[in-house]
Amino acid sequence: MSVAEHAGGIEQRVWRLLEEVADPEIPVVSIVDLGIVRYVRHAADGRLHVGITPTYSGCPATAAIRASTRAALDAAGFTAALLEEVLAPAWSSDWVTAAGRAKLAAFGIAPPTPAAVRCPRCGSLATERVSEFGSTPCKAHYRCTACREPFDRFKCI
Amino acid sequence: MSAAAPGSGPAPGERALRAALFRYVLRLGDTSLVLGQRLGEWIGHAPALEEDLALANLALDLIGQARLLLTYAGEIEAEGRDEDALAYLRDAPEFLNLTLAEQPNGDFAHTIVRQWLLDAWQLEVYEALSASADTRLAAIAAKAQKETRYHYRFSSGWLIRLGDGTAESRGRTQQALDSLWRFTEELFSADEVDERVIAAGIAPAPGPAAERWRQQTDRDLRAATLPRPSAQPHPWYGKRGVHTEHLGHLLAEMQHLQRTYPGVHW
Repeated sequence: MSVAEHAGGIEQRVWRLLEEVADPEIPVVSIVDLGIVRYVRHAADGRLHVGITPTYSGCPATAAIRASTRAALDAAGFTAALLEEVLAPAWSSDWVTAAGRAKLAAFGIAPPTPAAVRCPRCGSLATERVSEFGSTPCKAHYRCTACREPFDRFKCI
Repeated sequence: MSAAAPGSGPAPGERALRAALFRYVLRLGDTSLVLGQRLGEWIGHAPALEEDLALANLALDLIGQARLLLTYAGEIEAEGRDEDALAYLRDAPEFLNLTLAEQPNGDFAHTIVRQWLLDAWQLEVYEALSASADTRLAAIAAKAQKETRYHYRFSSGWLIRLGDGTAESRGRTQQALDSLWRFTEELFSADEVDERVIAAGIAPAPGPAAERWRQQTDRDLRAATLPRPSAQPHPWYGKRGVHTEHLGHLLAEMQHLQRTYPGVHW
């Protein structure tokens, strides 16, 4: 196996590993689903570089995510891996993956689509915003006028 | 003139620029921190649960932005002060926030007017800083800009509803506007700190941003059916460390735990 192939194999292993690191606020989605992991790179310096980005500047989960990512890397033997914080480009809800969106909807949180907001419980599009602010920085508060249930919507930013 | 010897540190021009940049970044960070702390005082007291959550969300974003800015300021200063040392271990004259940010919450209208004036200011500043020659500051600004857009949607939306609302809400909003207007001169005034970072391409010249701010706030005031205050704003010097008496009280509460139990952790 060439060095490049070997590096690629390690990178894939780390991506799979990080797919198991749950978001502390919404544990059904991983940090990969949310687009928080920006890169996994086996660099020329021989070290593994993992880039993660904060979602919102003030999100209290950021420190927990950093700690659980570090713990996951260490537990898999990547103790020398460098965990780097990436600020630019700023995180966008566009980076939430298709798998992440499906998991959010199944969990009862309307995913961040710019189109009409669909009620995650009954599927109706007859929904309205109660407040642009919700229980966490990433969610807005909605209600369904068909089934009358309140629900969270992952904000578009 | 000979080249600086190794280990003698940066040239005087570069040192002066770093000192100015430190103060410039501190002004931005302190304004966010103090405003965030003020908004946090609303938690559990807002007129409705939705507004309570909204103000707390704004506070959280602002404190998050302050953390990024104060961390950076500490690195520029390079004297070992981190975000916590800068937030918790400085006294009022060392805080460089805009005087408007430290003004007390008053009633809900007062808080909304203060927020709206500062959101409109941050929108202009962060927009311009996104293209700063300082890439770290540009990255922080681009991130903060996205958050400031919905802060502004919230505060301008409430300004319009309150101004164009009942006689009671209108009266209170007008009163808040008349009382806070005098602090707006400081938003776009430039001193030697600003001039140095402007000359280095780090910060924007204040003129065009001030003009856009004036046009935007004029549009909002028209929508809110509120007259723009006719009184001229006074010069205030919060960003030079000269504050109203309100900042000391705010810091007493914010810093109490760290001052009483130095180094304490959660």
